[in-house]
Amino acid sequence: MGDHGPAKGLSRWLFTTNHKDIGTLYLWFSFAMFLVGGIFALVIRAELFEPGLQIVQPEFFNQMTTMHGLVMVFGAVMPAFVGLANWLVPMMIGAPDMALPRMNNWSFWILPFAFFMMLSSLFVEGGAPNFGWTFYAPLSTTYAPPSVTFFIFAVHIMGASSIMGSINIIATIMNLRAPGMTYMKMPLFVWTWFITAYLLIAVMPVLAGVVTMMLMDIHFGTSFFSAAGGGDPVLFQHIFWFFGHPEVYIMILPAFGIVSQIIPTFSRKPLFGYDSMVYATASIAFLSFIVWAHHMFTVGMPLAGELFFMWATMLIAVPTGVKVFNWVTTMFRGSISFETPMLFSIAFVILFTIGGFSGLMLAIAPADFQYHDTYFVVAHFHYVLVPGAIFGIMAAVYYWLPKWCGNMYDETLGKTHFWLSFVGLNVTFFPMHFVGLAGMPRRIPDYALQFADFNQIASVGAFLFGASQVFFMFIVIKTIMGGKKATDQVWESAEGLEWTIPSPAPYHTFTTPPEVK
Amino acid sequence: MSLDLSKSLTPVCRVLAGAGLLFGSAAVMAESAVEPAQRWGVNMTPGVTEISRGIYDLHMLIFWICVVIGILVFGVMFYSMYKFRHSKGAKPATFHENTTVEVIWTVVPALILIGMGIPASSMLMDMYDDAEDAEVSVLITGYQWKWKYEYMDEGVSFFSNMRTSRGEINNIEPKGEHYLLEVDNPLVIPTDTKVRFLITANDVIHAWWVPAFAVKQDAIPGFINTAWTVVEEEGVYRGQCAELCGRDHGFMPIVVNAMEKSEYNSWLGARQAEAAELAQLIKQEKTFDELMDVGKDVYNKQCVVCHGANGEGGVGKAIAGSPVATGPMDQHLSVMVNGVPGTAMQAFGAQLNEIELAAVVTYARNQWGNNMGDSVQPVDVYNFKQAN
Amino acid sequence: MESSVKKTVRNALFATVGMFAFGFALVPIYDVFCDITGLNGKTSDSPYTAVDVAVDTSRNITVQFVATNNENMPWEFKPAVSSMVVHPGEAVSTEFFVRNPKPVSMVAQAVPSVVPFKAAEYFHKTECFCFNQQPLDGRSETLMPLRFIVDVDLPKDVKTITLAYTLFDVTESFKTAAVDASAEAKQAVGTI
Repeated sequence: MGDHGPAKGLSRWLFTTNHKDIGTLYLWFSFAMFLVGGIFALVIRAELFEPGLQIVQPEFFNQMTTMHGLVMVFGAVMPAFVGLANWLVPMMIGAPDMALPRMNNWSFWILPFAFFMMLSSLFVEGGAPNFGWTFYAPLSTTYAPPSVTFFIFAVHIMGASSIMGSINIIATIMNLRAPGMTYMKMPLFVWTWFITAYLLIAVMPVLAGVVTMMLMDIHFGTSFFSAAGGGDPVLFQHIFWFFGHPEVYIMILPAFGIVSQIIPTFSRKPLFGYDSMVYATASIAFLSFIVWAHHMFTVGMPLAGELFFMWATMLIAVPTGVKVFNWVTTMFRGSISFETPMLFSIAFVILFTIGGFSGLMLAIAPADFQYHDTYFVVAHFHYVLVPGAIFGIMAAVYYWLPKWCGNMYDETLGKTHFWLSFVGLNVTFFPMHFVGLAGMPRRIPDYALQFADFNQIASVGAFLFGASQVFFMFIVIKTIMGGKKATDQVWESAEGLEWTIPSPAPYHTFTTPPEVK
Repeated sequence: MSLDLSKSLTPVCRVLAGAGLLFGSAAVMAESAVEPAQRWGVNMTPGVTEISRGIYDLHMLIFWICVVIGILVFGVMFYSMYKFRHSKGAKPATFHENTTVEVIWTVVPALILIGMGIPASSMLMDMYDDAEDAEVSVLITGYQWKWKYEYMDEGVSFFSNMRTSRGEINNIEPKGEHYLLEVDNPLVIPTDTKVRFLITANDVIHAWWVPAFAVKQDAIPGFINTAWTVVEEEGVYRGQCAELCGRDHGFMPIVVNAMEKSEYNSWLGARQAEAAELAQLIKQEKTFDELMDVGKDVYNKQCVVCHGANGEGGVGKAIAGSPVATGPMDQHLSVMVNGVPGTAMQAFGAQLNEIELAAVVTYARNQWGNNMGDSVQPVDVYNFKQAN
Repeated sequence: MESSVKKTVRNALFATVGMFAFGFALVPIYDVFCDITGLNGKTSDSPYTAVDVAVDTSRNITVQFVATNNENMPWEFKPAVSSMVVHPGEAVSTEFFVRNPKPVSMVAQAVPSVVPFKAAEYFHKTECFCFNQQPLDGRSETLMPLRFIVDVDLPKDVKTITLAYTLFDVTESFKTAAVDASAEAKQAVGTI
């Protein structure tokens, strides 16, 4: 590997095998998808601003809920974490690049095709997929619009991309650590991604399998999910959630890693309970494989099944609690300052914990008969995903952006963005708890009058939250264009290999591995 | 797959146009027909069955436990944020592990969870305890997008459609008190009696949910699910389909009318008599005017949504001047009874009775400039159904 | 170093392929699991061989029959009797009436489902029209037989068993023989 810099022009990005370039591509792609998915969400919230149908018809509304979910999960959150891993994992473990740079290029560049295929289905006859991001059979097979085939191939490509990305991350972490960087010395972001990558390899193929079965049912006359031919629609749900539950941890574990990097820095105190953090992450990952049917408590399961999945799900609260206690204890008797990444991380801990509480309530199987498929569930998973995954990603961007581009972001603007997002998020999603408990089902384009007031509030919050993300884009671009130069260490008490290299990080780093004591 | 721009762009344009309108007018906003207490309802309702109250208590128990834990954890956090501020010159400690504390905060939450899990498990066992025999069994079948109720062994069955008009939904008419939560034929059950629901579906997966009973069960095509309830208070209880089932998922409400046993029995008797009467009626001749009258009612209930108030069409084809309504009778009946596969025109053969079918066909052939002058009798429809 | 990366990648790819296969293996695993536990109210799809046991005349079990049609299935379909009281261990037979009102011959498949779920594994069918696809000429009717035994080991708290059949129109797939292909596909999947 020579000292040459990046190639010029478009080919730099098309043919790049550099982990930093690919990380940048992933992050921008993910942000674009975040805006697209956000627009879909705003269509939903605009329609739900008041009772009655004003803006869209139910058919299109269902396409919006489906595409919002799919784009946010597979287009925004997952690629953002892969982008962060690309940028940070090699720098954190003292590796010159990812272990498989050419595959890295591939795994990114197939993604835009997948999303082009999926989003273009909005413009074909019959419309885009309209069966929810969970695409339950037979609504997604026998009763699906023709675009379901596009959707299936898009999922295959996204799956291939994620699997390639994970193999790359595993190969990098296992083989390219600098001398002295033992597993138990790895930064927690690397650890959480290491575990996430295993989860991805375990469940993305299962997702690929389930959509393949759908494809066969639709086009080749098999009956995996059709009762008439000896299949079973409930089987679909079991296989889907066998993928789906680990998938939600795929979207949160790297964020755990991020805040575990940030909180110690701004508390000026080492992370409390490093070992238990690692073990807790591993336990959460393991438990994620044996709790899937808690998404299906009302499907008609025998008592024993309900009891097993209820207890197993409740068990997850233990390692998750350990993590929260560790973060709080890290702050305890520290010396805390409140820069933007820290604000996002603190909000992460508080709001994710609230999402965890509602998760615990949902785990209580008898009560779930009332909560299931209501806005209470919508509130719950947005509380874990938005302040969880999305705030985690934003905290990471503010924290490492000075290292990536060499300039400090404007702290006032950053804090303004945080507070707008924080208020917008809570105004949007908190009232959803109320309407859910009061009986509003999810995925409906219109609702009874008693839900009107809280829905109106939620819609206002959603537009505030949406607008503040455009502001975020402005802040990031402004920072890249110029600003106060960042020091190498950037933050007063940041620790880790990535802070030992210059800011901005040179195109090639650690071509000779550093020595870790 | 052809690219149909005119069709696909419409929703996008509507979004843009609608977003402008949205903030301009809240004119058709709901009149406050709804009680403020209900409008600002923030919690689950205890409901009217032993099970629903049990679930409510459990829900509140877990909620308060979460609140207490939250206050403790966030309390320490906010205290730290206040007390150990860098700006106040706090000096950081250096500790980073403490096995005792870590063991405590693993074990204590586990014990709290066991404390939650035990009442939850016993609640679940109560819900699954189906030991006592039910006096009334109702087979509930989910259809896109309505429910069918069948009283087993009683010979009574009917469909339950949403009654809210398209005018209310499209903000043309004012919205009624039970907007979207009203049906033409509610399910009627006796109070203080064990009622068993057998739940299945005809097409896709639906879920039958009445919050006041805490009954929510998926309706799955090809499989049967079961749930039961004992309602303690008379009243009208409303719920909705809880599983995404396609276009009109939001428009298939559930209304249950719980009444005293004697009242229920007379209701059931009346329904049975009606069914017997219908069997008789089928054999009777109807005059043209009678058919037109009934036909108008049926049209306004079943057809107007897609075909328009004046047969001008909409989602469905125009009926005024249509080749079907002005063509051979057999073909017209076939469209009504069997539907048109691959289109939104459903098969009404099982949903409407013979009289209603005869009436609506006659009506369509003699309205809005369709001047066929012919009519069809219930018995003809009956025979047509038999023959095809 | 290079070879260790290769080894990692090989193992990861192996795991990926394995998990893809596992996804498909879940299909037969689920079937077996349902067969054993009666999960989902599934009953065995092959005839039960009766064993010689004493009839438990001390218990009366009400067996309810439900017949429903799936979408677009025009046949008339109903049980000959809507319910019957049986003793565990007793061999019972009943019939279901079907009539094809269409002028053309059609093929139907009945899919059984039993509630309560815990009764499913104790409900044994020695003969059932649901074991095979049922062709029926246009405008004709027939009675389809069902013979069953309620196991003497049926849990004590079960007093009523509901057996529901949903009738599906499989004429299309029957014509194209795709049903056989699907059976083969499922079989093939089972052997992965």
